[in-house]
Amino acid sequence: MSQRQVLQVFEQYQRARSQFAQAVADFAARPQSIDTLRSAGVVCLLRPLLLDVVPSIRQTAALALGRLADYDVELAEAVVKAGILPQLICSLPEENRYYKKAAAFVLRAIAKHSPQLAQAIVQSGALGMLVICLEDFDPGVKEGASWAFGYIARHNPELSQAVVDAGAVPLLVLCIQEPEIALKRIAASTLSDISKHSPELAQTVVAAGAIAYLAQMIPNPDAKLKRQVLSALSQIAKHSVDLAELVVEAEIFPVVLTCLKDSDEYVKKNGATLIREIAKHTPELSQLIVNSGGVAAVIDCIGSCRGTVRLPGIMTLGYVAAHSENLSMAVIVSKGIPPLCVCLIEEHEDHIKAAAAWALGQIGRHTAEHARHVAVANVLPTLLDIFVDTCSSEDLKVKAKKALKNILQKCTYLPALEPLLHEAPPSIMKYIIGQYSKVLPHDSKARRLFVTTGGLKKVQEIQAEPGSLLQEYINTINNCYPEEIVRYYSPGYSEMLLERVENYQPVL
Amino acid sequence: MAAASCGREQGASMAALARLQERLEGLREEYFLTNRAIDEDRKRKYKAAVKIQRWFRACRVQVCLRHLTKMVILIQKWWRGYLRRKHFREIVERAYFIKKLKFYNEMAVRIQKTWRGYYVRKYIHNFYALKKYLKAVSMNNEFVRHELQEYTEMKENEEKMKDLEKKDKEKKYQARKMHYLLSTKQIPGIYNSPLRKSPDPMELLLQKSKPLTHRKQPVKSPFADELYGWPTCKEPPAFVTSLPLLHADRRKPQGPFRDPAEVLRQRYKPLEPTLRARESMYSAPGKAREPTRREEWRNPIHDNEFLPFSSYHKNYEKYEPSLFKSDKYGQEAYGTKYFREVYPKKWIADKDFETLFPSIALFEKFGKTYSSTGQIV
Repeated sequence: MSQRQVLQVFEQYQRARSQFAQAVADFAARPQSIDTLRSAGVVCLLRPLLLDVVPSIRQTAALALGRLADYDVELAEAVVKAGILPQLICSLPEENRYYKKAAAFVLRAIAKHSPQLAQAIVQSGALGMLVICLEDFDPGVKEGASWAFGYIARHNPELSQAVVDAGAVPLLVLCIQEPEIALKRIAASTLSDISKHSPELAQTVVAAGAIAYLAQMIPNPDAKLKRQVLSALSQIAKHSVDLAELVVEAEIFPVVLTCLKDSDEYVKKNGATLIREIAKHTPELSQLIVNSGGVAAVIDCIGSCRGTVRLPGIMTLGYVAAHSENLSMAVIVSKGIPPLCVCLIEEHEDHIKAAAAWALGQIGRHTAEHARHVAVANVLPTLLDIFVDTCSSEDLKVKAKKALKNILQKCTYLPALEPLLHEAPPSIMKYIIGQYSKVLPHDSKARRLFVTTGGLKKVQEIQAEPGSLLQEYINTINNCYPEEIVRYYSPGYSEMLLERVENYQPVL
Repeated sequence: MAAASCGREQGASMAALARLQERLEGLREEYFLTNRAIDEDRKRKYKAAVKIQRWFRACRVQVCLRHLTKMVILIQKWWRGYLRRKHFREIVERAYFIKKLKFYNEMAVRIQKTWRGYYVRKYIHNFYALKKYLKAVSMNNEFVRHELQEYTEMKENEEKMKDLEKKDKEKKYQARKMHYLLSTKQIPGIYNSPLRKSPDPMELLLQKSKPLTHRKQPVKSPFADELYGWPTCKEPPAFVTSLPLLHADRRKPQGPFRDPAEVLRQRYKPLEPTLRARESMYSAPGKAREPTRREEWRNPIHDNEFLPFSSYHKNYEKYEPSLFKSDKYGQEAYGTKYFREVYPKKWIADKDFETLFPSIALFEKFGKTYSSTGQIV
């Protein structure tokens, strides 16, 4: 009988422990109760439960700790300070998969807040245990482990290097090949986080053979998976020409173009980012993109999206056009200018407008033909408005001015220059007058038009310092016309005439 | 005689002298005047003489100089002519060479100009190739745009089809559930109103569908994948929060040691009959086994099989091993033991189940349900 009583006490204690762990886990799932839990000192109480005899209590305690650490930075720091990490990972290899999942959850919840906490995790030797988790058969465990790796590697290059040194990359590449979609997603996002920091890390990922598998997953119908895969490929391709060429050799074109037509916004954005990272390196890669019809797809993508999703597409067009005038002509021929115009007018964010202005500048700066196409699309007044507008940011103004300058220096299409003549501030005026002074001496019809539209009058009203470039241009223009006309249009001519009338002595 | 002449002369001279002295004053003046005239004359003449001499000397010198100059000129002329003739050839050659060079340069410039214009226009800035390229690019763009359009349409169609299928499935499920609304011969159903010309399509759907039976599906509890494995507890712990979530009269499985998915898979595994059952006894291998079987039945010496121990039969159930499942490593026991697949590596504990009698909860409450005097339960 007494034996039964003794055993009963133990049973009660065990029941109490498991009830406590379960209740804390449930409370930790609700945000409003977490402050109360924190003030009750829950972390220190959960700590011995991690080493409990009963596996379910261990698992529940780990789950509760994970939820607590997930909520808040301070709780995560409290968890780390309470010395939980060594206990969490010491028995990990022998545990069952539920515990491994819970432990991976805790590690990921701690690592996501700041680099210091992630560093603390690395220093406690958790990476080796996470690698063991990655080798497990259960896909849930693998998912938890790769998620934890992803959050650790996200912060800075040193932590990424630590993850790579632990030997996680080949296992992650194996994870990508697994059939479960969630696991693939997480593994792709982890590879993306690892390779984004430096070329060496990207090279490590490539050496593990990731590119082929990532490229195979591009046609997959799942939208979130596509987001991660495209992001991973673009992080790899962005570092150097060789990596970009490796990505291109995996035959992503033209499959990537179908991603630009996906219904999910972020898939479109990441697809455009990938194409941008490839296009920006060399003219040959841009040529490849043009030849595979990528420019058309990007232009359609810009036309169909709104907001920051458009930004990588706009920058792609800018990079392609910047390399050479033939590529710029190809962009023009693919009807690239109207969407960029629309972007300039419609968008509210300054950085998107700045990107559109820059791209238009790159398109129009090569020759007179390019500048003419840009000017015909009625872009110049818009750019001028943006430049003059007081609520544009500094960066936007600088980019608009540069674009205007580049286009104006090659533009010989006078009907487009004319509205600018009346509204431009002095810093832009000299380019406009310069262009007029180049064209007018050779074209009589243009001279006539210049006079009839009031351009000559406007030119006379400009005041320039003698000896400056502007004054030279004005002189060149004035020399194209007979003196009477120049004098007629100079300001104050009517007063001068009246004065002459006054001073005239009539000849009787 | 000299003295005489001298004397005469002296006398004459004395007279002359006196005469002269008479004329002296006049002579003096006359002398002065004459001298003056002579002097002037002399000066004039002197000057004339100097002039003449000067002139003459000058002529002489001039002649000399002229001669010299002529000679010098002659020498220089000849010398210079000689020098020039010596260098003339070189100069002419040089001039000719320069002229040729200029001509060649001119021609070379013309050739290079034409060649460079041709080369640049053909290979570097080939206008027509550029035009063709741009045309090809725009055609390719059209093609790509067309393909992408088709792709999006296809995707949209797929989504629509999925939606339609889902709706269809739901409709059919609803029809199956509401099968009782079907109209009978006596009573027309809701969807078959007598005022209508033809029955509602829902009526037709009800006619087609099979009624839904109330079969208990194996409910997958939301906590199945969560953390509750309790292998070493002697008694299932009563978690307060888990009970309301489970179905009220759900038969709780005896300790879910295995993943329900695995269990289901095993439970619904299709039948795999043995070769003996699958194959007809009239087939060729079946017939081939017939004589061996008969021989076996015929050949043994005694009918009781050999037992290793005397009391062996008490503990060991008689099992006839079938020949079909025998191989050189012994009999594979067919039929009695291995219906369930086991994975010893996945076992958490080495021991098998132990049936324990749980403490009877009612007896625990003995003497405790009602409070004794002064003591609260």
